[in-house]
Amino acid sequence: MSEPSPLLVVDDLKTYFYTRRGVTKAVDGVSFTLAAGETLALVGESGSGKSVTCLSLVRLVPEPAGRIVGGKVLFEGEDLLQKTSAEMRRVRGKQIAMVLQDPMTSLNPALTIGTQVGEVVRLHQRLHGTALRERVLDALSRLRIPAASTRLHQYAHQFSGGMRQRVSSAIALACAPRLLIADEPTTALDVTIQAQYLDLLKEVQASAGVAVILVTHDFGIVAANADRVAVMYAGKIVEMGSTLQVFNAPAHPYTQALLSCLPDVDLKRHQLVEIGGQPPDLANLPTGCSFAPRCPRRQPICEEAFPPMVPVGDGHTAHCWLAPTAAARN
Amino acid sequence: MATRRTAGWPPPPQHETDVKLEAIDLKKHFPVTGGFSIAGGRASIKALDGVSVQVAEGETLGIVGESGSGKTTLAKLFLLLQRPTAGVLRFDGKDLQAFGRDDLARYRRAVQAVFQDPYSSLNPRMRVEHIVAEPLPAESGESRAVVRERVRDVLQLVGLPRESTALYPHEFSGGQRQRIAIARALVTYPKFIILDEPVSALDVSIRAQILNLLRRLQEQLGLAYVVISHDLAAARYLSTRLAVMYAGKLVETGACDAVYTEPLHPYTQALLSAALPLHPSARRSRIVLGGEVPNPMSPPPGCRFHPRCPSAMPQCRTIEPEWREVRPGRFTACHLY
Repeated sequence: MSEPSPLLVVDDLKTYFYTRRGVTKAVDGVSFTLAAGETLALVGESGSGKSVTCLSLVRLVPEPAGRIVGGKVLFEGEDLLQKTSAEMRRVRGKQIAMVLQDPMTSLNPALTIGTQVGEVVRLHQRLHGTALRERVLDALSRLRIPAASTRLHQYAHQFSGGMRQRVSSAIALACAPRLLIADEPTTALDVTIQAQYLDLLKEVQASAGVAVILVTHDFGIVAANADRVAVMYAGKIVEMGSTLQVFNAPAHPYTQALLSCLPDVDLKRHQLVEIGGQPPDLANLPTGCSFAPRCPRRQPICEEAFPPMVPVGDGHTAHCWLAPTAAARN
Repeated sequence: MATRRTAGWPPPPQHETDVKLEAIDLKKHFPVTGGFSIAGGRASIKALDGVSVQVAEGETLGIVGESGSGKTTLAKLFLLLQRPTAGVLRFDGKDLQAFGRDDLARYRRAVQAVFQDPYSSLNPRMRVEHIVAEPLPAESGESRAVVRERVRDVLQLVGLPRESTALYPHEFSGGQRQRIAIARALVTYPKFIILDEPVSALDVSIRAQILNLLRRLQEQLGLAYVVISHDLAAARYLSTRLAVMYAGKLVETGACDAVYTEPLHPYTQALLSAALPLHPSARRSRIVLGGEVPNPMSPPPGCRFHPRCPSAMPQCRTIEPEWREVRPGRFTACHLY
């Protein structure tokens, strides 16, 4: 294929947490690529490693408990894991930006919105005075914050939840990054506000050509917004493919179970398929496939070794011993 | 109802009347104190501003709406955790104001609650046995052995081992904790359970377990639920009737499937269209609402939804629409009908 080299290549990333209870393998060998302008959704339950993966990409894993112990993160060909902290500071906010779940905690309550949007522009683009103000106004109005020139002087508590998330997205997009990491950006928002925000984000993404890593546990958001999906379970990506492939022909039993255990707004009351058991304890994972204890189609081999990555379609892969038979059936 | 005799559940009384839980024109205003007083007068947050609903035995009333719509305030009034500013709560045909001590005790046994977050709703320093037995009144006169047996029965009913009584909440996962919270609600043999966001705090793979459990318990025990949720899919899964709230008022009620398939009020239409379907090729025409939820201290005049309503008419700005039955069983407050 004559594709240009991808924007981001994550190869065998491992981030462990060293706690009194032992080593917690929060991210254990995650690999994926992301092309410019593409949206990749990272889906999984709490504790599956989605957020730690994102924090590892920008080297913000809480130390000393957490440490990136292996792998490569190639961003535009350069390995971010080899950079010094000073170099990383020039990447964060400029080339890779983040939007976090709760804008009330990610914004500083004691500084005006204008100061906070301005900070990132001032640091990365060394603008001052009117030029800085222009850029800040531009960033705010691109996210359709009404009356930006007066709201500039207001504080986070004077904004509604949806508007706050727009402000923190304005901060993220102010320096025209190549990659935006959005970690559960709408979990704190109401449904109608979520729809507003996601539409706006999609529009801004298309016009600016930003690649997005969208972390979520909501398959509705994935279906509506992602080009590709990576499903995470217990620190590993267990299935990856285009959104249509994963929704139409999920190959991993975990993905299949997740998709059939969700109530659907469009469907009447029918019995939901349950996933038995409990989410795994990361400090004490089983030897084989981590999903094996809960898997309805468990085989003896599943408890012995972690399954290799199996291609089940064009660009569609799954880590499952049963995937080859599933692929043959498709 | 033979199905009700499960694990020590009391047999239904001989002349079982259809017990109803009713809210009639309930209002709850919270005075705003401290800081600047606005325009000299006493400002108040109108969290609930005239809501009438009823729940009959065995049905599930889903209450959906966005944050600030008054769902949780309504739940708190039902649970007697807060007193209404105005309006009447009626239980089994009798106004709650007229309740004596015994009536009140009966009400508290009959109406129980399960809250959103089982990590904060269970006391970490109490053993499961005491958590589950806590709603039982101390003066009930039951011996310890009887209480313990009852606790074990309800634990079994919610799918936990009978022996878990001696454990503490931290020894359970999120889904199991929510089962403990459900067991605590069941221990008084209630008729109504108020479920405030019962699965929102749980992992996706655990939600189905709890949703199915709630449905099973309802069928087995003939319970009535009031499900408060912002999760439209979960509300649809559990509810038989649906009430949609906006800015402290009801905008629409009706049979659940009817409301989902043919929403009448423009707000309901927008709310349902904003719910994301679970498939990438399922496209629906989205009604994207502009603006924000109104300030509860000074809701707009006329219809509260008019500043965001795509089909607002001149009278919507001035005249508050009447609550009417516009189709059989379908109530809404909108000038369009």
